[in-house]
Amino acid sequence: MAITMTKGQAGLTGNSAIAYAMKQINPDVSPAYPITPSTGIVEEFSSYVADGAVETELITVESEHSAMSACIGASAAGARVMTATSAQGLALMWEMLYVASGMRLPIVLTDVNRALSAPINIHCDHSDTMGARDAGWIQLYSETVQEAYDNLIQAVRIAENKNVLLPAMVCLDGFITSHAIENITLIDDAAVKEFVGEYRPVHSLLDTDNPVTMGAMTLQDSYIEFKRQQSEAMARARDVVIEVGREFGKKFGRAYGLFETYRLDDAEAAIVILNSAAGTTKVAVDELRKQGRKVGLLRPRLFRPFPFAEIAEALKNVKALAVLDRADSMSGFGGPVFNEVRSALYELEKRPRVISRIYGLGGRDYKVKDALAVFDDVLKIAATGKVDTLQKYITL
Amino acid sequence: MSSPAVTEKKQKVSVPFDYNKYLRPNKLPHIWCPGCGHGIVLKAMLRAIHDSGIEKDNICMVSGIGCSSRTPGYVDFNTLHTLHGRAIAFATGIKLAKPELKVIVVTGDGDALAIGGNHFIHVCRRNIDMTILVMTNATYGMTGGQYSPTTPMDSISTTSRYGNIEPPFDACGMAKAAGASFVARGTAYHTIELEKTILEAIEHKGTSVVDIIDACPTYFGRANKYKSASQMMETIEKDGTVSVKQADKLPPEKIEGKALRGVLHKIDRPEYCEQYSNLIVEKAKGK
Repeated sequence: MAITMTKGQAGLTGNSAIAYAMKQINPDVSPAYPITPSTGIVEEFSSYVADGAVETELITVESEHSAMSACIGASAAGARVMTATSAQGLALMWEMLYVASGMRLPIVLTDVNRALSAPINIHCDHSDTMGARDAGWIQLYSETVQEAYDNLIQAVRIAENKNVLLPAMVCLDGFITSHAIENITLIDDAAVKEFVGEYRPVHSLLDTDNPVTMGAMTLQDSYIEFKRQQSEAMARARDVVIEVGREFGKKFGRAYGLFETYRLDDAEAAIVILNSAAGTTKVAVDELRKQGRKVGLLRPRLFRPFPFAEIAEALKNVKALAVLDRADSMSGFGGPVFNEVRSALYELEKRPRVISRIYGLGGRDYKVKDALAVFDDVLKIAATGKVDTLQKYITL
Repeated sequence: MSSPAVTEKKQKVSVPFDYNKYLRPNKLPHIWCPGCGHGIVLKAMLRAIHDSGIEKDNICMVSGIGCSSRTPGYVDFNTLHTLHGRAIAFATGIKLAKPELKVIVVTGDGDALAIGGNHFIHVCRRNIDMTILVMTNATYGMTGGQYSPTTPMDSISTTSRYGNIEPPFDACGMAKAAGASFVARGTAYHTIELEKTILEAIEHKGTSVVDIIDACPTYFGRANKYKSASQMMETIEKDGTVSVKQADKLPPEKIEGKALRGVLHKIDRPEYCEQYSNLIVEKAKGK
């Protein structure tokens, strides 16, 4: 796969950019099983493997359950491991996702977000990765192709950090980001190689001088201690995400934090939203700002671990906000991001009013007019302090 | 105008088969590519079902994920479109809950033999009364042409750019070894024969498996330099197979490397649901 670059830039789809990042990272092992819309990643990556552009062992297995099982085996043996999947594929990996995080294996997975069945749907929403939010994986969400590419390179460093040692998933929107071509800036192969560094596992099954046991039976005597360590490692990941994002910015000119804010500083009304829909919302913010309305946006990048304190700090001066979820947690009380954000704000002395809106399930379009309608509601709440409808579906 | 009388004499009077009786016309056109054999298999299957005389409300058609698994969407039976690889597991539940239904699983080689391989062997072992139609096109068509467990060695696919090094499954051999009481093979090319084979499979009591060799011109065909869909069908389905009835009469060199068509295995063996029911009745009677 030859990528044509002009002045360091190339027009790539989200899938091509992820495949290219994987080529540059050059993992030792990549087990995979095809699923729309993430298939293109492994398809292009298999060409890199066939062309000898990477030294990766590509293992095409017979299901995603086997793909993640093979990832775990290879990672436990001391290899740097990457894979990609979507929706039902991630769902079929569920059992193994917990094993990967419980064994503290820094596997890096790209999930191209797609709706979960039933009914069957192949288009974008976040029900797949939101369902995996408690699986003990670090989750980074990406608005654009550029960010997906940058996130994947950073994810390797974050996952493999010795204070973390947890698997990480990078999420980008199915079709919207995975199949749309965007002009992005690529990093030199050598610079990526240097940035991710050589992988030296802390513990590995193939290190026969230092034998270890992984995933062994622990009952009432020690299981809870393992989980506490895992929980603490997850909490530490937040600082590592900040460090790695800052270093990435210094080296390559694109710095990343825990979340992105857009015209939020003096905003009275805000929308919190993940991934590509943030771009649409920014257009709405600009339109309203032109009319003198004080609106802004916050787009979480790191969702696991969830940066509770920082998000509360960023939103503390907002009078009202809407959290837009492209997934419903079916709890009867709004979407998953809504619940996390609302919980984060609880510690504030003066709390903004927060409403939940579920949008765009199964790839339904989310347009600027939808964002404007939400802002309309939020501005009313900001002015009156009264919430009429706490939660509802939009884009119906 | 004297010629029509002659033609009438020669022609067999036949009413065209009314496929619409079994289809959901508002769900058409189908998604299959030009040159794909799945539509031929669908029509053969509908004719076979018609000939079986089973009421369409007494049929439940189940599928997983893949090109072939789109079939239940187009047909007017009780239908269930499930998860990748799990059609047989769902079908097992349906059959046990409602043994009076005729359960037909429509699946592909990736769906039935890779991700769903476990369910495939265990349904055969239990000999549950259902018909499993495996459309074997040696490809994961829906996701862009990756190699599957039936892709011939050395073939090019999107995940085997320099040729496949994995030996393929023989679906029929596996079904027989696992215990299926009816095992047959057909092709989309031999349409009439396929129709008869599917009818026999539907009428069989027990697990009946029909491996249907079918071509994917879009991915497998292009990657492996077949000139056209029809040339691909002729090479793989016509020249690549031999009827089991002829095979005995042919010298070994004429059969080598070819897949056998027709009913390959048919035995009478206790059917699972019936045994299950008998056991309940027997135990309920008490001593």
